[in-house]
Amino acid sequence: MSDEEDDIILNELNDEELVQQMHDDLYDGLKDEIMEGVNILLGRDWAPYKVLTEALVEGMRIVGIDFRDGILFVPEVLLAANAMKAGMGILKPLLAATGAPKQGKMVIGTVKGDIHDIGKNLVSMMMEGAGFDVVDLGINNPVENYLEAIEREDADILGMSALLTTTMPYMKVVIDEMKAKGIRDNYVVLVGGAPLNEEFGKAIGADAYCRDAAVAVETAKEYMAQRMHNQQAG
Amino acid sequence: MPNRLTELLETRDWLLLDGATGTNLFAMGLEAGDAPEFWNFDHPDRIRALHQGFVDSGSDVILTNSFGGTAYRLKLHNGQDRVHEINKRAAEIAREVADACDREIIVAGSMGPTGELLEPVGPLSHADAVAAFEEQGKALMEGGADILWAETISSEEEMAAITEAAANIGAPLCGTLSFDSAGRTMMGVTSSAYAEMQDRFATKPVAFGANCGTGAPDLLRTVLGLTEAAPDGIVIAKANAGIPKYVDGAIEYDGTPETMAEYARLARDSGARLIGGCCGTRNPHLVAMRAALEAHTPGERPSLDTIREALGDFSSADDGTGDTAPPKRERKSRRRG
Repeated sequence: MSDEEDDIILNELNDEELVQQMHDDLYDGLKDEIMEGVNILLGRDWAPYKVLTEALVEGMRIVGIDFRDGILFVPEVLLAANAMKAGMGILKPLLAATGAPKQGKMVIGTVKGDIHDIGKNLVSMMMEGAGFDVVDLGINNPVENYLEAIEREDADILGMSALLTTTMPYMKVVIDEMKAKGIRDNYVVLVGGAPLNEEFGKAIGADAYCRDAAVAVETAKEYMAQRMHNQQAG
Repeated sequence: MPNRLTELLETRDWLLLDGATGTNLFAMGLEAGDAPEFWNFDHPDRIRALHQGFVDSGSDVILTNSFGGTAYRLKLHNGQDRVHEINKRAAEIAREVADACDREIIVAGSMGPTGELLEPVGPLSHADAVAAFEEQGKALMEGGADILWAETISSEEEMAAITEAAANIGAPLCGTLSFDSAGRTMMGVTSSAYAEMQDRFATKPVAFGANCGTGAPDLLRTVLGLTEAAPDGIVIAKANAGIPKYVDGAIEYDGTPETMAEYARLARDSGARLIGGCCGTRNPHLVAMRAALEAHTPGERPSLDTIREALGDFSSADDGTGDTAPPKRERKSRRRG
């Protein structure tokens, strides 16, 4: 943080410098500056999808890397995600109107008995930042909530979060119910939360355990690429 | 503030804490997603058995079944109006078990996080958080707790609210954070930062330390950080017994009694005086830990290599203390206002 750069005028930067500055501003969670930057790029006839991917998604990807590597922590990432959301607020209606490509749709929620939604909210915001449609069911979800939502929303991905030893087994309840209904393989199931690990994720029948929000985004992208491939092949 | 824990520590170098509440209650039939705190009324015999098992295995301190006992957590189960009775009952059950024992057992009133983000990053105000913890803490003390015991906290703001609640009640307090993100808490608090916070709290905790997190090696590294930053402090170590695995429809932690005994010795060498286990810690683990601590003559502070060799590798290369913090990203940053 150096004082001499306090008077950056976003409008005077060329496209490349501006996008670079927006990555830095996202990193610092500067919401007003992000909204300004989005509007400037749109004013320069950038397609909304290009603004989303090159300015916001790429900026959040950098935030995600430093979150994964233990350089940034929840407070900083929340600020960054809020700044991104403000930018998304401007882009969303434009994206819908221009028929921009979609990454896929995710239904996400914290399981029954668990109130913790900090990590889940981060995943939700980072997934949106990466161009996914996200339907967030909030906390304390019984199995019916998940099943109803994935069907209603025609989701590609189901994300479940649990932070407590006492609630993590509930993820298996949900996956078992999906199996019983014969719909398990219609969805990619991702699980996360502090007490979990990869082995646990596999044992309960999830497709993957995601250590943090950044990993969740990468994993979701990989699975969506596979799904696309399979659909084309099939 | 005079209290039984401090008094007992005047006669003992170390005390054995208890084991896991969740893991053991599952084994007694708790269903995933259900609130363990309701069992204080629905199955008091099982809560009594939980405490009795710990006492019989050698625990000197037992934590009440009230971890999720704030209104914020209980509202999930429509129990937000039962904060007083649930916490009071939790303390009463533990008290009964402690009083029936022929050696001194400390009853510590467990207080877990609200699950909400506090200001400035989240919506929960300091005043509301203090009020919630005060409501819980009062009931725990009324039910016979010797001391309040905050655990698995991740932010300075939430711990500050708990210390203020304890100050308002006039109750002694212990407080542990969960250092589960590359050696910091998920909110970014390092071990040295937590040690330095102690003097700033509204009531200075009798003892402070780490619980849960990502495994014994990481937790011991945190203990080393705490005791280095606060050599005169009374430090708590409450590590998980390994990592969770799903075996035959139930969660099992893979830490053996032998590894937990090794962890207990290393915790003692690292300067911790209050040593126990968190998730996955069952009675056989505690028995092994007690025997290990009784037979152990504290040695040198272990190096990170010693810990790694004994218990496995750390989850991250550094823990943010000293000069080991990773370099910040090089970028043009600015802050306005």
